[in-house]
Amino acid sequence: MTIFRSRWLPHLFLIAFSAVMVYPILWWLGASLKDVTELKLPRLWPSTPHWENYADGWRFSKDYTFGHFFANTLLMEAANVVGGVFTAAAVAFGFARLHFPLRGFWFSIMLLTLMLPGQVTIVPQYILYNRFGYVDSYVPLILPHYFGGGAFFIFLLVQFIRGLPRDLDDAAKIDGASVYGIFARIILPLIKPALVTVAIFTFIWSWDDFFAQVLYLSSVEKFTVGLALRMFIDQFEIAWGQLLAMSLLSVVPSVILFFFAQKHFVEGIATTGLKG
Amino acid sequence: MTHRTIAGSAAPPARSRFARSVRRYDWTGYVFISPWLVGFLLLTLWPIGQSFYLSFTDYSLLSQPVWSGGANYAKIFGGDPTFKKSLSVTVAFVLYSVPLKLLFSLLVAMLLNRNLRGMSFYRTAVYFPSLIGGSVAVAALWRNMFGKDGYVNHVLAWFGIEGTGWISNPDTALGTLVLLNTWQFGSTMVIFLAGLKQIPQELYESASVDGARPIRRFYHITLPMLSPVLFFNLVLGIIGSFQMFTASFVITPRGGPMQSTYVYAVFLYEKAFKHFQMGYASALAWVLLAIVAVLTALNFLGSRYWVFYESDGRGAK
Repeated sequence: MTIFRSRWLPHLFLIAFSAVMVYPILWWLGASLKDVTELKLPRLWPSTPHWENYADGWRFSKDYTFGHFFANTLLMEAANVVGGVFTAAAVAFGFARLHFPLRGFWFSIMLLTLMLPGQVTIVPQYILYNRFGYVDSYVPLILPHYFGGGAFFIFLLVQFIRGLPRDLDDAAKIDGASVYGIFARIILPLIKPALVTVAIFTFIWSWDDFFAQVLYLSSVEKFTVGLALRMFIDQFEIAWGQLLAMSLLSVVPSVILFFFAQKHFVEGIATTGLKG
Repeated sequence: MTHRTIAGSAAPPARSRFARSVRRYDWTGYVFISPWLVGFLLLTLWPIGQSFYLSFTDYSLLSQPVWSGGANYAKIFGGDPTFKKSLSVTVAFVLYSVPLKLLFSLLVAMLLNRNLRGMSFYRTAVYFPSLIGGSVAVAALWRNMFGKDGYVNHVLAWFGIEGTGWISNPDTALGTLVLLNTWQFGSTMVIFLAGLKQIPQELYESASVDGARPIRRFYHITLPMLSPVLFFNLVLGIIGSFQMFTASFVITPRGGPMQSTYVYAVFLYEKAFKHFQMGYASALAWVLLAIVAVLTALNFLGSRYWVFYESDGRGAK
């Protein structure tokens, strides 16, 4: 029994476990600096770091640098995050605080859509976008985020808003605030931590939403980072060092965002997620 | 309509004024939910109906859909070998990856649910692989590490094990994808962690006083209290795994060695957007929907026997 109570044993175990989890990423970091012959070796760090992997990888495509693909993706992301955060907040406020006919019905429908496999709607959606000439544009990638940002986020925010005391709304109402005023001046500021969670998730998930990107973007000029990486992989002779260097760069934005908002990220879900 | 009663402390006169004002903006709610409602009608409900219709047609995008009756379904169930193959690959993926990921993330969540110094550091480290997600970048990393001449085999060689080309070998390719999926257990784990934090500490304390060992405490407190969260993760895990796409598409292009990783979503994608058989792809989508719906319904039915909801009304909807 004493061994379970010892103070350093859990730490030792957790350190070992963390190391196992993070090891592939450390290896990735080293591998991005290796040349072809060293890449196979299990050693973590190359004897001489080949920084040119980054420079060459950055310019692997004749016409565009990775900077171009990063700019494409980040612009799309900015639009997505703005749309997702604001419309999800509005919709969640409607469901959490306002009484309107069929509220319960629509709310259940919304939860049901969480379980709907995306494949069922993808073909007609494609046909629809195709008819309006939006295939090979960012519209199909951005527009869905302006429709409430997704059922998962709405649900998350509804739970969060339900946890806020109603006295605040009532007080504002007695002071003559309209519903819109209550939403903008009372609720929005209070749900900021949850909104940060929504923003980060929106960013990371649409960064990784490879299916939609493959489907809707076909001209290299408009490629996202993910598509550019796949173009890299599909080359006849893969320059692995350069590919790993570029793919490592491609996860940097998500990682930076995560560390900026780390506290909100894990705690935010812990406090909002799953009451009830 | 019991929710008309307003919570709390408002004095009676204010209350009736307030009740009137509530009734007045009954429809204002629709202003707020309109983004979702429009999106639902336009990008979910209409496409669902449309895809149901298309599943009974031949349609190549270039010409008008031609009604073909149940021909698509007849072809699917009449022994399209690719359908059988992709379905069995997908079912295998679901059967391995869902329990593995649930078990692993539950264990990790319990490990991280302690008050130790530096816990936020461990949490970050463990969450890190999931942060970079199911992206193409990770797929590239995975493809290199598990290659014939990759990192994994070199490590195995230290122990005198001769590895195969994990990704080019039809026996192990799918397993590699399962492993990748398990490595990214973060979001499932975070949800477990949130659930664990909501279990009242008093339960454990009184159980300890009664002399319950850790294993008993796990079976009689943690598991029942966590069962709603476990159920949530199970349902969404099954649905999500049935739709697995990126890893197969990027790590093992064209369905992998001997189509061993040719999952359903890739099959559907190729039918629709490579062969432009929109009608057939729609029928495939409806078959998938039926499978997922039946499994989810079974899950909900089964949940009566093992999911425990607190009856004190906390958080009741």
